[in-house]
Amino acid sequence: MDEPLLDGQRRKEVLRQCLSVGVATGTYGISFGALSVAAGLNLWQTIALSALLFSGASQFAVVGIVAAGGSGAAAVATSTLLGMRNGLYGLQMSRLLGVHGLRRVAAAQLTIDESTAVGVVQPERSAQRLGFWGTGLAVYVMWNLMTIVGAVVGNALGDPKRFGLDAAAPAAFCALLWPRLKRGDARAVAAVSAVIALVVAPHAPAGIPVLVAALAAIVAGLLPQRTGGAPA
Amino acid sequence: MTLWTTVLLASGLAFALKLLGYVVPHHVLDRPVVSRVTAMLPVALLSALVAVQTFSVQGGVLTLDARAAGVGVAVVALRFRAPFLLVVVLAAATAGILRALGWG
Repeated sequence: MDEPLLDGQRRKEVLRQCLSVGVATGTYGISFGALSVAAGLNLWQTIALSALLFSGASQFAVVGIVAAGGSGAAAVATSTLLGMRNGLYGLQMSRLLGVHGLRRVAAAQLTIDESTAVGVVQPERSAQRLGFWGTGLAVYVMWNLMTIVGAVVGNALGDPKRFGLDAAAPAAFCALLWPRLKRGDARAVAAVSAVIALVVAPHAPAGIPVLVAALAAIVAGLLPQRTGGAPA
Repeated sequence: MTLWTTVLLASGLAFALKLLGYVVPHHVLDRPVVSRVTAMLPVALLSALVAVQTFSVQGGVLTLDARAAGVGVAVVALRFRAPFLLVVVLAAATAGILRALGWG
């Protein structure tokens, strides 16, 4: 370590942030576990998704598309497109962490929305590292434990429709989408892609309408950015 | 594709993308177009997933049933800054109760 170490007070502050994000995020692993077994995945497949894929939105997408009767290819493609942002988080974190070998593999696996967010907001380099590792590990442990709880509870519930679990899935997607809608251009992309998906839905196999709607993001990203003025 | 293939393939690709950011030279990914498209992809995909899973049934036919009421309640809860788990539980409870009453 070539940078000054954190004093005890700051260390505690950062660790408290890591833990609270870990508990808050990890807890909704319960809903993932329950939805996954309701979609027809078994306990081990559900556990594997949380341990190996470890990226909430992609995991919900895989089980959502499987539940709707979509093909495995559509589930994998949607999950992968949703995971592309993690590559950019990795780019940011690789500059702050300076990790190699096995530590780099571990850092990559823990690179998600929450760990990156807590890491990059810290002012000091050593707090950035502590924030990333602390949050990543806290979310990983909580998410995987709660996934198991959710899967066991979900199995015990039986018919998913009776308990409205088919409404829980789109509600989960809504909650994941909500914080990303602060900007006007994001709201426009969300509206257009929802319309595209609904128009395509009756004419394509399950899973495909969502992939077609992703075109809205690519077009919006490629359009020249307006400078000044309120976005649409 | 079996379920296991789907699970392992999606996991492998997710890890590859995460690792990519750590191993690819910075200038390759560090372009404004790349970050704009990757910022918009989750927005488009999640919004499309909400739409399809709320309003369509097997075969893609559009319907209005208890799920729409559940998601409507979820949106209201989100406006009141409810935490994730509460949002999901309220949506499921709304749909479950409406079905128990014989609607949707």
